[in-house]
Amino acid sequence: MSGRVYPIPGGLHPAEHKIESSAAPILTAPLSERYVVPLRQHIGQPARVLVHAGDTVLKGQMIGTPDGRISAAVHAPTSGRVVAVEPRPVPHPSGLPDLCVVIESDGQDAAVEMRPIAWRDMPPGELHKRLSRMGLAGQGGAVFPSHVKLAPGATPIETLILNGAECEPWITCDDRLMRERAEAVMLGAEIMRHTLGAKRILVGIEDNKPEAAQAMAAACTPYQAEVVVVPTRYPSGGAKQLTQLLTGLETPSGKLSPDIGIQVFNVATAYALQRAVELGEPMLSRVVTITGHVREPRNIEARLGTPIEELIRLAGGELDHATGQIVGGPMMGFDLQDTASPLIKSVNCIITKSDALFPPHPLPMPCIRCGQCALACPAQLQPFELYWHAKSKNFDRARAYKLFDCIECGCCSHVCPSHIPLVDYYRFAKSEIAAADRAKQAAEIARERHEFQMFRQEREKQEKAERLGKKASERLETGAVAADDPEAARKKAILEAAIERAKQAKENVQPKNTENLAAEQLRQIDEIEARRQAAEDRQDAERQA
Amino acid sequence: MIGSPFILKEHNTVLFTMIKVMAALIPGTLAYAWFFGPGIWISLIWCGLLGIGFEALALLIRGRPMKPALSDGSVLLTAWLLALSVPTLAPWWLYLTGMFFAVVVAKHLYGGLGQNLFNPAMVGYCVLIVSFPVYMTQWAAPVTLATYVPNLADAFNLVFIGGNITPDAYTSATVLDTVKTVVRGGHTVTDALVQPIHGLIAGKGMELVAVMYLFGGIFLIVNRLVTWHIPVAFLAGIALTAGALQMLDPTHNAGPLFHLLAGGSMLGAFFIATDPVTACTTPRGKLIFAGAAGFLTVIIRTFGGYPDGVAFSILIMNCAAPFIDAYTQPRVFGHAQGGKAAK
Repeated sequence: MSGRVYPIPGGLHPAEHKIESSAAPILTAPLSERYVVPLRQHIGQPARVLVHAGDTVLKGQMIGTPDGRISAAVHAPTSGRVVAVEPRPVPHPSGLPDLCVVIESDGQDAAVEMRPIAWRDMPPGELHKRLSRMGLAGQGGAVFPSHVKLAPGATPIETLILNGAECEPWITCDDRLMRERAEAVMLGAEIMRHTLGAKRILVGIEDNKPEAAQAMAAACTPYQAEVVVVPTRYPSGGAKQLTQLLTGLETPSGKLSPDIGIQVFNVATAYALQRAVELGEPMLSRVVTITGHVREPRNIEARLGTPIEELIRLAGGELDHATGQIVGGPMMGFDLQDTASPLIKSVNCIITKSDALFPPHPLPMPCIRCGQCALACPAQLQPFELYWHAKSKNFDRARAYKLFDCIECGCCSHVCPSHIPLVDYYRFAKSEIAAADRAKQAAEIARERHEFQMFRQEREKQEKAERLGKKASERLETGAVAADDPEAARKKAILEAAIERAKQAKENVQPKNTENLAAEQLRQIDEIEARRQAAEDRQDAERQA
Repeated sequence: MIGSPFILKEHNTVLFTMIKVMAALIPGTLAYAWFFGPGIWISLIWCGLLGIGFEALALLIRGRPMKPALSDGSVLLTAWLLALSVPTLAPWWLYLTGMFFAVVVAKHLYGGLGQNLFNPAMVGYCVLIVSFPVYMTQWAAPVTLATYVPNLADAFNLVFIGGNITPDAYTSATVLDTVKTVVRGGHTVTDALVQPIHGLIAGKGMELVAVMYLFGGIFLIVNRLVTWHIPVAFLAGIALTAGALQMLDPTHNAGPLFHLLAGGSMLGAFFIATDPVTACTTPRGKLIFAGAAGFLTVIIRTFGGYPDGVAFSILIMNCAAPFIDAYTQPRVFGHAQGGKAAK
């Protein structure tokens, strides 16, 4: 069942901690009393809210519509009443609240009419349009709106890769899903293949999930699909990593796999797509692993919007001396700020921490350039050089050392004997560079606008002078004044002088309005210039230091 | 700060790294004590104490926290390497001077661990050989050749009090010294190689100590503390240069095997050139860095004024390491071959 596996650079194999949660079957969460549904559950623009407090909604009713090209719809997870549309805590690294629709369940769970999509006879364009209203977003972590990835692109898609690697420790939701619902997953993949016009499907699964691989291999039979078992080595589940493992192709820097004729979807996304097409059900729920320092670690299928604290309760609750929760895996996840935050499309795992499972990080020591990070880096970067330049805020050098090829997988930090939070330094450098780029762009726009204003003012002045001059000469010609009329002669002289002045004004047009300034203004300009120069000198000095 | 990754590799600290490197030095050190007497223990302990003392002093003056820097084990490794590079049974102030330059000047004046441009132990060694060449050539004689072998108490007295025994009784020139003197004296290299100090291949006792360093070095590579690049390139640089010189002038030049096992070749290849702080870090850079250092080692031994060239060649290449690194950056995932990150 296993095809060829190509080598990839770097990576590591931390303790797996998969068996804790992978033994029990997926539990379906009971109906909650209250759901908190954020409008931003995906990459791109948040959905535009369609309901108000007081509205009643049905299960599957769209409550947020996609806003712009890269956006996804949001649907009501059950029937009930909208009690609030307001910022609430959400699972996000920033810990900032975000706009949510709060729905009080009426217990009826009455749904809107859901109609299956006859995808086999549908032109791909039409199917794509229907899917864009289903709220599908990638469940592997990046939560990219799925319909965008299914749209026909510039490069025809040769291969569809189904990502079942699940390389992060602790997480088992894809494992359980593949074991229990392999046929539905593969049907979803087949619909994807059909939409993309791809020739084949490759399913990548790490060798620590033999049951899942077996189930998927059996489900592959009706299709042009093949399971490829890859070695358990983090981060094999990165899109570019899995692409290389399965096809030997290296995705060029700054491009995505579709650019080389490959599209990658998570197995859970394929499952959600299958439900959307076969049942007509938009994305309302997902499987999430609740594990770590809890009584009964397990996987739970829960509706989006379910408060995370409820999910932890369904896993038997936290044990004593819990020290918080991680959203996602331990390599790339982040701390949960508030357990009242809801389950959203991107959340594949909640790990309750304890000091025994996740000891506090020791104090960082100086970098000794031992190079362990470079050996572990799947992007073949020199992480210690990036650290050096990020720490000294030498961002140009950090960029030259390919900072933006870093995928923030955390391998370098994991192996660092000096316990330096390397990835945090890269995140810092990236955000600083992005901020500088934005500031530069803003300054550029301001400069262009200023120059245009100057140009326009000069042009208006010039036009006015021309107009006046023309009027005066016309009057002069049509006036036909007598030569002996002294009054007329005086007027004529005045007019000629005015024309002369207008001509001169036209010739003296300067591109800048720095002529004829008062002494006070000139002094101010000099002062500003001196200040700017001093600031520049200071910056240069700092840069050299 | 996002905090991820939340898990770090276990038993992975700077101290643990240093301890593993020091463990790899144990076989060579034991062989050294076996062949040259117990004096090495005195210089080893003395250098260690000096290292801790100077490090604490430097941290105090710099206003840095004591505990993390003192407990990283790096100064003990420096002390160990210097003790193995300087003759045993030398006066106490010789080690003090060497350790002062190693720890205070080469390490802390540059900003402490991870910041130094030059290998601290080799800076200490070079200061000593330039300043006190006589003491630095009086190596403890192999126990089988010495007329007098000091025991531990005698060694302590010799180092800290001095004695009325003439150094000729317990010291001798190294095999590299002998070769240099003999060849300079107008004789052939073969005349030097028949002397008793020569041993089997490259120095009585010392050649076997070198073999033990080699074993320790293999332990480092197996444990992924160093990659193969630097040791292999360094030894290849030595062997190829020595081989070429021998082909050009066999009467005055010893062969590759001699140069590989003589002097500090093995110690340098596995323990000194591989110092990650001061060496190149890119795979290609490591090959250039260590290959050139190996080449310079033999050139200095053959044409230079000093018997051994390991320390000088490594310091010279330390200067070039950042430059070499900048121009040998490996290809980054998704980029075309030959991408330079120098600018």
